[in-house]
Amino acid sequence: MAPPTRVKTLKINNRDVGARQDETILEAAADVGITIPTLCQLDGLSNGGACRLCLVEVKGSSRLYPACVTRVEEGMEVLTNTERLTNYRRMILELLFAERNHICAVCVSNGHCELQTLAQDLGMTHVHFPYRHPHMVVDASHERFVIDHNRCVLCTRCVRVCDEVEGAHTWDVMGRGMDARVITDLSQPWGTSDTCTSCGKCVHVCPTGALFEKGKSVAEMLKKRQFLPYLKLMREERS
Amino acid sequence: MTKVTLATVWLDGCSGCHMSFLDMDERLLDLMEHAELVYSPLVDLKTFPDMVDVTLVEGAVSSEEDLAKIRKVREHTRILVSLGDCAVTGNVPAMRNLFGVAAITERAYQENVDLHPQVPREVIPALLPHCCPVHEVVNVDVFVPGCPPAADTIFFIVSELVAGRRPDLSGLTRFGA
Repeated sequence: MAPPTRVKTLKINNRDVGARQDETILEAAADVGITIPTLCQLDGLSNGGACRLCLVEVKGSSRLYPACVTRVEEGMEVLTNTERLTNYRRMILELLFAERNHICAVCVSNGHCELQTLAQDLGMTHVHFPYRHPHMVVDASHERFVIDHNRCVLCTRCVRVCDEVEGAHTWDVMGRGMDARVITDLSQPWGTSDTCTSCGKCVHVCPTGALFEKGKSVAEMLKKRQFLPYLKLMREERS
Repeated sequence: MTKVTLATVWLDGCSGCHMSFLDMDERLLDLMEHAELVYSPLVDLKTFPDMVDVTLVEGAVSSEEDLAKIRKVREHTRILVSLGDCAVTGNVPAMRNLFGVAAITERAYQENVDLHPQVPREVIPALLPHCCPVHEVVNVDVFVPGCPPAADTIFFIVSELVAGRRPDLSGLTRFGA
């Protein structure tokens, strides 16, 4: 018999909330309809706390906590939407836009992009930092898919879905800081990968136009993510 | 009642934002009840007036001419509006920054030309090393993303500015819209 589930009570935005002890702040907030902005998080994948958009304030601590990987605690008082947090979130988005070449107007994901939508939702009207305009490559060596590093935000959803759901672990991250890139196998052209099963899961979990299907033009790449919670549910029932 | 003076300038952009401006159609007449278009690629005046209340800028800052023009415009404008993605982000014109001026001029004026390939040194203004958004070179007061911003969006922001209010753009437009 499974051990009894313990319930923790806490406050989120001054609202009393009850949550299972194994839940994260993000999940507990979602349960009561409080949305915290996320980018790297995706239901059905593990959480790495990579993008820092879900940072929240916890009373009694001066540091900020990523809601997707912070477990609820008894008596915790969480604030998800202060001016300080909004400013940080906007800054994170601006840095993402400045770091690579996100030209929404000519992107396959224009109108269906999570980065673009977040910028609009969080009221980011322009980037205060100078754009870096790095020279990035586009790898179209795969038969069906393309990776455009210009649009990559290093959320690692592709890496996680390939490892955790497909079981192939074709994707990984190489390099550090501004030199970090997602790579296939031993940093070789995607089309020459021995491990890629061409399942396309990475393409459909990608929040931006970094991964897309060949033949898609501006604004045509719609991502379909329904498979992920479905697969997760089926596997839970089997085990 | 004196009318609010309005100007538009066109830097490195495709003119799409100006087309969107014209797409306000008959609403332009409503606007002109309260505002006067004193300088624009759409009107005849060749010199920028002494002081303009609201100036809309389309396009990124790409050439020496753009830079001189926007500095002058800023000096003679009360409220400067970056209109559209090129002015706000650099957008498509800034994609040349990935390659550098030499490679771009080589491609445009040498490689793809059959008859007398040559890089122009007169009439066409020299490119700056980097194409950049307007706010990297002068202060900008209002940012309107969009490629181009819809006529409805432009009507809203211009109406608000003409009425002396700062427009709240939340939810109205986005990059690439």
